[in-house]
Amino acid sequence: MTLTPSRELTQLQWLESESIHIIREVAAEFERPVILFSGGKDSVVMLHLVVKAFWPAKVPFAVLHVDTGHNFPEVLRFRDDTVERLGLRLEVASVQDYIDDGRLRERADGTRNPLQTQPLLDAIAEHRFDAVFGGGRRDEEKARAKERVFSLRDEFGQWDPRNQRPELWNLYNGRHTPGQHVRVFPLSNWTELDIWQYIGAEKIELPPLYYAHDREVVERDGMLLAVGPYSPAREGETVTTRRVRYRTVGDMSCTGAVDSSASTVEDVIAEVAATRITERGATRADDRISEAAMEDRKKEGYF
Amino acid sequence: MSTLLRLATAGSVDDGKSTLVGRLLYDSKSVLADQFDAVERVSRDRGLTSADLALLTDGLRSEREQGITIDVAYRYFATAHRTFILADCPGHVQYTRNTVTGASTADVVVLLVDVRKGLQEQTRRHLAVASLLRVPHVVVVVNKIDLVDYEQATYARVSEEVTAAARSLGMPDVQTLPVSALEGDNVVTRSQHTPWYDGPSLLELLEGLSSKGDPDAEPLRFPVQLVIRPQSAADERFRDYRGYAGQVASGVVRVGDPIAVLPSGRSTTVVGIDQAGQELDEAFAPQSVTLRLADDIDISRGDLIAGAAEPPELTQDVDGTIAWLADHALRPGAKVLLKHGTRTVQALVRTISGRLDLDATELRPADTLDLNDIGHVKLRLAAPIPAEPYVRARSTGAFLLIDAHDGTTLAAGMVGDALLATATV
Repeated sequence: MTLTPSRELTQLQWLESESIHIIREVAAEFERPVILFSGGKDSVVMLHLVVKAFWPAKVPFAVLHVDTGHNFPEVLRFRDDTVERLGLRLEVASVQDYIDDGRLRERADGTRNPLQTQPLLDAIAEHRFDAVFGGGRRDEEKARAKERVFSLRDEFGQWDPRNQRPELWNLYNGRHTPGQHVRVFPLSNWTELDIWQYIGAEKIELPPLYYAHDREVVERDGMLLAVGPYSPAREGETVTTRRVRYRTVGDMSCTGAVDSSASTVEDVIAEVAATRITERGATRADDRISEAAMEDRKKEGYF
Repeated sequence: MSTLLRLATAGSVDDGKSTLVGRLLYDSKSVLADQFDAVERVSRDRGLTSADLALLTDGLRSEREQGITIDVAYRYFATAHRTFILADCPGHVQYTRNTVTGASTADVVVLLVDVRKGLQEQTRRHLAVASLLRVPHVVVVVNKIDLVDYEQATYARVSEEVTAAARSLGMPDVQTLPVSALEGDNVVTRSQHTPWYDGPSLLELLEGLSSKGDPDAEPLRFPVQLVIRPQSAADERFRDYRGYAGQVASGVVRVGDPIAVLPSGRSTTVVGIDQAGQELDEAFAPQSVTLRLADDIDISRGDLIAGAAEPPELTQDVDGTIAWLADHALRPGAKVLLKHGTRTVQALVRTISGRLDLDATELRPADTLDLNDIGHVKLRLAAPIPAEPYVRARSTGAFLLIDAHDGTTLAAGMVGDALLATATV
């Protein structure tokens, strides 16, 4: 971004500055940080900020992806290309491995999102990661709206929302005891619109499914779900080809597409600015289970 | 591209904070259809006749069960003129530490008072918190005006009561306005029910407030976060690169500026300011940048780069005002960690010199500080820090006290006698 001569930052410059400060604090105060990277737009923006924070040095962190086994192939390709381009070390925690050897069982509803928690926590323990960067934003969801930037997890990976540390000024406290770790959310204060405006301003590349394309989908529970190997059409459902894009990218079986003709960043920014439905409300089946679905998952150690 | 204003709500429990926030979000069209549908559904399930807007922000299960706010909820909304980050803080005295969290980064505290109850102990406490933290603006919303039939006299009495309390805490110009968060009076649009009030609506007021200090008027302070040395960089140009990464805490830094490094006291000049590959001529608070210096002097994390003309003084003895946020009491003799800027040092609490009495708004002698007390302490540090009075420098006068054993954040600290400073303004 170019700087304006006035001595007041635009909202994007302010957010970028805050995020870079947070990222550098983690590099300075933790032994073994790791970045959660899925190839989704928020983790791509987070990684972009990490690169900027340490320029011209290399990113001093490893990258971890919790792979549900039901990811969009184009997103996995994007993940691998990015990791290679930046020379990062990628660790993959595979939900499929856990299902194959019986440590986890497939759920009746077929969604694998809640199954990510155990492989995530195991990977954190195995690699002794003490700080784990997540791309979560407070505007996404009401439990996330309550979370600190530095969010302490106990030895079971649990979040205790009723007993969070005070977080004062920009003095982040990353102290923890052995076995505990800290989840760090450098994008806490960004909104979906900020993310897209930043992607436009910084010309950040994303997996192609964030832009309008033709895809075979079925309508289920008011959402458009891609028809694919992990998410076949059910009996009685009609498969149609529609012009869609994704607002979030996750497990294919529970992430919905939205009707859209937005094929450029500018189109998407206009679309997001005018939308009347939240990102998760439009696209995430798993958050519709209950009023507190996200809080319950987070307490157990979810992202 | 718009600028940002950070606000925090405060006030006693049941004063209607979450309802006000819900109203602000709803009337500024920042609540999306599916969020509102969910609120309507839950309200209906509970037998309410209209949507309970407080449900928009009370996101935790236990908050919904108890109908109270436990921790800060951050919400984001924008108007044509401005972007807002809103910290919706709890009212219960038990959760004051969460209100301190929300207020510490705020440009404005929006303090609610129930017009029927007037000034409560929590109102005083939150005014004291806003005063101590030097939040630049305080707006007092006299809420539930519909329940007193929009009576001007009742509003005027409560408004005067709160204004007087604020004055005694060193805040001479708080603004007050009559509001019904439930009915939407004077929240986004001016109400026809209060013809005797000719001021702006809350949102109009917030849109007009200044959010930032003037970096040109402040001395340069740049706490070094880390040293960037890309020894193994593929690019030959950066083999000898050495930069000091940080966020400008106050003031402006320009290429060519003479600077001093603390605590070593060495001086040199700035030869480059980098922002991820882009060379800048200058940077100002709160930009995150990397500075390159003329001389290869010993600088590491925890050091402070300051303008050579007016560097802060180093001290190992810090008099501070603290808001005690831990469940157990603080006693003299306690050994803790103190985090100031990017430096953490050991600290000994030598004496507790007083506790704020909220009714009298004055300091009374005390042996201990309990949860949510505000008091004055004398600290001895294991190493000197460049401590500046918080009342002059909000960004470099702040510190944390941390439990060395379990890492808990114990207190929000402000260098200097913030209490006396407020009492004598």
